[in-house]
Amino acid sequence: MTQEISQIWVYLSASPLLGLTITLLAYQGAFAIYQRTGNNPLANPVLIAVSVLVLFLTLTGTTYETYFAGAQFVHFLLGPATVALAIPLYTQFRRVRSMLLPVVAGLLAGSLTAIISAVLVARLLGASTSTQLSLAPKSVTTPIAMGIAERIGGIPSLTAVLVIVTGILGAVGARYVFDAMKLRDPAIRGFAIGIASHGIGTARAFQVNEQSGAFAALAMGMNGALTALLVPWLLSSF
Amino acid sequence: MLSALTQLLIFQLAGEVIARGLALPIPGPVLGMLFLFVALLIKGGPGENLQTTSQNLLQHLSLLFVPAGTGIMVHLHRVSDEWLPLLASLIVSTLATLIVTALVMKLCQRSPAASGEAS
Repeated sequence: MTQEISQIWVYLSASPLLGLTITLLAYQGAFAIYQRTGNNPLANPVLIAVSVLVLFLTLTGTTYETYFAGAQFVHFLLGPATVALAIPLYTQFRRVRSMLLPVVAGLLAGSLTAIISAVLVARLLGASTSTQLSLAPKSVTTPIAMGIAERIGGIPSLTAVLVIVTGILGAVGARYVFDAMKLRDPAIRGFAIGIASHGIGTARAFQVNEQSGAFAALAMGMNGALTALLVPWLLSSF
Repeated sequence: MLSALTQLLIFQLAGEVIARGLALPIPGPVLGMLFLFVALLIKGGPGENLQTTSQNLLQHLSLLFVPAGTGIMVHLHRVSDEWLPLLASLIVSTLATLIVTALVMKLCQRSPAASGEAS
């Protein structure tokens, strides 16, 4: 019996089926908890799902590479999902056009703040150079951030993790920050969250308000492109 | 759903090919999003098919970040060595970015149209 179980395990751990299935299970469980708390930002579904998966993989001695062989099918959908952001953007285009100046100014200020403050704080607290470089693109969506990190000599897979943590921090904290600032405009709230915490913030914004979501999507796309331009240039002048 | 997904992939592919072909710093999917946006402007809106598929895809956008996030297990060593600078940097920078972006936008907005609740 024990031998049969271990044989099944040998099969499962070598096949992409397991990685894919546990990703979907962990996320749906996490999402159910999130909904049960009335979409409380502290119960962020990415945070819960990742914690459960890391625990499971560590306990079963499964490597990340093996897991990712299955999970990559989910990861791949980030591309088409980014393209799909054009649709809410189109729906909200009239509002975006009427806010052209705040959008452009917010983008520039936010993008610079995100890069410079991350690198400076890490440098002041004595982080290694490769860690500092991996932090620079942390506010943009995973595929873009990893590309930037690779180009400037950071560690792409570390950047991917920092990007996710940034996204979770923004998704969790934004409501409290904006409420403390007495900021109500869903367009500005969405745009700021998209600049600071890319797709995870955008996902959170969509769950709260369609207009916030569209502005977050716009911010995330624009910030991705701008950060790709700014980071190599800023780092050479540091 | 199949045709809508194909459309999204075609736009991503076009973005990828052009970004790499012209060595642009903009990532392929973002360029693809831009192309689709322009196409929607010309066409006057997405079809019902594309609308529904995108909505389904975006509704669970956070799921798509789970595989990359789980990669933290590979970096547990570095994260535990440098946890203070990493955590401080991420928290300070994320909060500063939220506040600066929102403040600058508020200042630049001539007629504040405040309505509804968000995030």
